[in-house]
Amino acid sequence: MLGLGVDRLQADINRLLASLFHQGVLDEHFLQLQQLQDETSPNFVYDVINIYFDESEKLLRNLRLLLVDREFSDYKKIGLHLNQLVGSSSSIGARRVRNVCVAFRSASELSNRPGCMRGLEVVEHEYHYLKNMMHELFQLEQQRLLAAGVRYPV
Amino acid sequence: MTREELPNLAESKLTALVVDDNFVNQSIHQKLLARLGITNEVVCNGKEAVDAHCSGRNYDLILMDMDMPIMNGIQATKRLREMGIESKIAGVTTRANEGEKKEFMEAGLNDFQEKPLTISKLLSILHKFDFYVQT
Repeated sequence: MLGLGVDRLQADINRLLASLFHQGVLDEHFLQLQQLQDETSPNFVYDVINIYFDESEKLLRNLRLLLVDREFSDYKKIGLHLNQLVGSSSSIGARRVRNVCVAFRSASELSNRPGCMRGLEVVEHEYHYLKNMMHELFQLEQQRLLAAGVRYPV
Repeated sequence: MTREELPNLAESKLTALVVDDNFVNQSIHQKLLARLGITNEVVCNGKEAVDAHCSGRNYDLILMDMDMPIMNGIQATKRLREMGIESKIAGVTTRANEGEKKEFMEAGLNDFQEKPLTISKLLSILHKFDFYVQT
């Protein structure tokens, strides 16, 4: 019976991942991340994704601060922040976030301020969706580990 | 490639330096190198890479990001070559137009790969530098 709990949770994890791949939220680089996890770094995916969240939120905060400033004109700085976001999003397989960052970057290269504001909103939306999905994935994996750790009483 | 199919280069005692200001990429590049048995260190920008060599450290391979604060990858590569550093330097960057790539190569790179770095791209770098012979 308890084994069924693990199986059910694994099926939920597989379903969630399949959905995220199907939606284009994740790509094959997320699989590489999972393949790099091993006994020497059993929480590698969790750790790297959390580094990604920390870095991305700082960058998104900075981007918003730049764009809401009435005196703003430093599109080069916008570009630098976006290069970081594109890079780290690509590395973890966050395809949709990466793609909307690229679109945002195009607006910044044209010094298109309204385009940049729209771009930022889209990036923030995609980023928060990804973050929610990753939290759901980690919760399921945590539950699966706990369920797998249950022993029948002797 | 499964884990079992990956070469273990630990016996080669290769050393590498990851030069990147992005913590996500630092983690991934270090793990890729470690998975192949390559001992490695990380620094956050070109100046730290130069300082590491000034302090006497040396590496078989340097993975050099292009866009970094304080000293970027192009400046750092030029400086290292001026210092006589003969390590193999592979530029890895998210985006570079042909002009930027040419400038980076002319700074003294031995190879160039677009990010994200993968195991197969890293093996391609190692193979190019004769650090790894495919069987």
